[in-house]
Order: sequence, then C-alpha cells, then structure tokens
Amino acid sequence: MPLVKFITHDETEHEVHVTAGTTVMHAALDNGVPGILADCGGACSCATCHCYVDENWVEKVGSADEVEAQMLDFVMEPQPNSRLSCQIEVSDELDGLVVRLPASQF
Amino acid sequence: METEHAVIVGASHAAAQLAASLRQAGWDGKISVVGEEPIPPYHRPPLSKAYLAGEKHSDELLIRPATFYEKSDIDLVLGTRVTGLDRENKTLTLHDGGSIPYTRLALATGARVRKLDTLPGHELDGVFYLRDLNDVDRIRGYIGSGKSAVIIGGGYIGLETAASMRKLGMEVTVLEALPRVLQRVTAPEVSDFYSRVHGEEGVQIITDAAVEALEGSGDVTGVKLADGRSIPADLVVIGVGVVPATELAEQAGLAVDNGIVVDEYARTSDPDIVAAGDCTNHYNPIYDHRLRLESVQNATDQAKVAANTLCGRLEAYHALPWFWSDQYDLKLQIAGLSQGYDRVVLRGDSASGRSFAAFYFSGQRLLAVDAVNRPREFMLARKALAAGQTANPDLLGDDSADLQQAFLTQ
Repeated sequence: MPLVKFITHDETEHEVHVTAGTTVMHAALDNGVPGILADCGGACSCATCHCYVDENWVEKVGSADEVEAQMLDFVMEPQPNSRLSCQIEVSDELDGLVVRLPASQF
Repeated sequence: METEHAVIVGASHAAAQLAASLRQAGWDGKISVVGEEPIPPYHRPPLSKAYLAGEKHSDELLIRPATFYEKSDIDLVLGTRVTGLDRENKTLTLHDGGSIPYTRLALATGARVRKLDTLPGHELDGVFYLRDLNDVDRIRGYIGSGKSAVIIGGGYIGLETAASMRKLGMEVTVLEALPRVLQRVTAPEVSDFYSRVHGEEGVQIITDAAVEALEGSGDVTGVKLADGRSIPADLVVIGVGVVPATELAEQAGLAVDNGIVVDEYARTSDPDIVAAGDCTNHYNPIYDHRLRLESVQNATDQAKVAANTLCGRLEAYHALPWFWSDQYDLKLQIAGLSQGYDRVVLRGDSASGRSFAAFYFSGQRLLAVDAVNRPREFMLARKALAAGQTANPDLLGDDSADLQQAFLTQ
C-alpha cells in the first residue's frame, strides 16, 4: 500500500499507508491526521482540504483542473504547489508522497 | 471517582465531528455515539447525487471509517433508538429496554423529512422520501433508463434528484407548489436559471402545481394534479423539506422553538446537555438573529463549539453559513444567507450559458452569493462575508471588471 507523509504546520510528521485509489484527503481523515477539514467530503466545493505538495512530487501529482485552480486562487496563503487534497488520488506511482498542511485548517 | 462519559445521540454528521473534536480537544473519558441507522455516520449530500446515480459505494460515504472510531476509543452504538432522556438521573433509555448513563450529553439528532401523510395514495409502493441511505437503496430498486419519475418539491433535494435521474436516462417531472423552483432560498433570476437548465436537460418542471393524489393500487402509477392532469410515474420522490428532530429534547423538557434552543456555546437549557447541527435553533452573530440551518457547514462548525464546551472551553459559535449543490455540470456554491435582500447584482449572464453569480445586497451590505460554476466569486465572497466586509456592486455587476477589485473597492 502506498505511503503518504503529512507534515503539519508545527512540523509534526504523520506517515500513513492507504489503499491505491484513496484520495489524499481521505488518507488524512481516515487516519486522524489533523489539518484537513474537508467539510464538503470531497466534492471540490469548500477548499478546506488545502495542502502543499512537496516540491519533489509536484510534477508526479500533476496540476489542478480549472475549477480547483479557481478555488485555489483564493484559499488562505496560496502557493504554486497548492492543491485540494480531495482531488489527488494516491497511486503506486505516488508511493512516498509528501504533503504539507496549512495552519489555517487546524 | 465517577468516569466521565460523553454520550452523543444521533449518528449524524454533527455527531461524527463532535466525537472526533472531543478527542482532539483532550476529552479522556468515555465517548459513545448512539444512532438508529446500522452504519457509522456518513455524508448525506451525495445521496441525491453520486450515490443515487450509482457512482459511489456506501463505504465511500462514511465520514470516517469504522477503524477511526476504534482507534479513537469512540464507541459506536448503532441500530439503536433512544426513546427516553431522564435528566435527573442522567440516563438514556433505549428502544430495546436497555439504558445508557451519561455525565455529559450531546444531541445531534438532525432533522426528519416533512411527510405528506394526508396525501391520498402516499402509502403506495414506489413512493419515497430521500433522507437516509436506506431511502436511496430502496429508490435504486425502482430507477432505470426509460422509467418515469415524478419529484414532488422543487427545492435543492428535488432538483438534485431530478438531475441524477435524468442522467440515468429517466423521464423526470418536477412538481413545485410555488410559482418558481427554489423560491424560498434564491432570487427569481436563479430560479429561472435552474428551470431553464433543467428544461434543456429534458426535465419537465411544473410550477404552481397542486398535487391532489398519488394514483395506483399496490404500486404507484401516476400523480394527479388539481387541474385534472395526470403525470405517469414508476416512482415518486417527495422532497418537501425537513423538520428538526426535537422529540427527545421536548420530552425531557428542554427549551424547543423551531429546533432545540442553544446558546452561542451550543448549550441547551440544561447546562450538562449541548446540541449541534440541523436540530438546533441558534444565534448567528454575522446576521444578528436566531436561525436553524440545514447544512454540513453548520453541523461541522457547531459540533466543534459543542465539543469545546463539553471540555470546559467556551468559544462562541461564529461562522459564515455556506452550502453547495451539484446538478448536471452546474457547481452551485452559496456563501451567506440572502434572506432580507433588497437588491440582486448579477455577474455574468444567467439567461444563457451555465456560469454566473448572483450577489445579494441589503442597502450597501453584501449578504450572500449564489455562484454557479464561479468558484472565484464564491471564494472571495465567502472571505469578505466572514470578515464582515462588503463589495462594490457596480464592479461585481460588470463581468469584464476585475473581480478582486470589486472586493477591495467598497
């Protein structure tokens, strides 16, 4: 099962193994990782599952579609590597993925 | 020493958040969640959308997997109805004769569908409400390409259900008693937009519809209107709103007035009992009046307040209401409450196309936005509303004007 490493705003690291096909959002929620609210449950409607994809993974993860990109324009503290974690599916290719979580979602 | 035991009644969205937030806030006593349905708390919004359309499995609806509750030492008592609340002895009685003692109680009982029990034919097979997973599982036994569905109620649930069924290739008719769909919650322009799109997608919408009876014997076969028309139906879905589930609170003598009355810390009239979610009547400081909300946002945010209260940390509830609705390729995002508006400013063209935003104003004050396929408008308005800021209506109304500028220039 692929591994996802979450780093919260206070630099705490959480490593979780999830089934391929799970979203990064669910990987956090299902394992009690704090820092992802996911109010809408993955409908790409609330922008409360904002994360920063580690620079080394940005290319593999890919970019946001138009709707997601427009939401990301106006999240708190957007960065070029911002994504909504409900829109990233964990796959074997993403084994070892590292994402950082913003302070605003605690 | 007596062990602390927080019991949450209702395995709802609010309950899932409350239980998780209690642990996060450091509650080290027992936590139990008692719910009538047989599965852990789940997301209800997809029921009328992806789940109805068969695009999601029930496991994917769970707010948290069962293992999360195990790991967090949260006891899920499912398939169990609470029938009584004895505040003096701090004990809940259950439908099977059992009882659960509590030291602190949270009511997250949610809402129930408003039923049309006096409508002739309401008891026929093929007539459904849509609130629970079980409702949709039963509806799914009746759906299929080429079949006819009549939806009673042109609110969000009715329209989402219509869109999902249309996507499955069904003949769909929506009956709305009022002159326009979404009348209670949106401006006429937004209602017109949704009527137009549903028409374009092949849904028949009949407004000012007075439903006289559901026809059939055994299975429903049609819906009879007061004007004599009869609409054929293989199934009927009734979506005419919900009422707060306050029976337990009422029976226990808690203050109830269109919901369980709570203060800004989610406390009921009994300081040992909090309540959160659709079942509460609470004060909203942004709009300065009491209200009851039917939304995931309220369930989540108020549950966090309630959890803090139970842990002895009083943090007043202060959140901007927001909602969403997905139909066809339309992503509707709503921030704020439009009630009391005196002016609507449209950005983009609602009369054609599928992307626009309706901004609601009262005088100079921005109250709310309905944004259809306009995430930027939604995000900016949500931020501004939460911060108590308004926006420039002239710039908002000019789709070629810079959007951010509209929120900077007031």
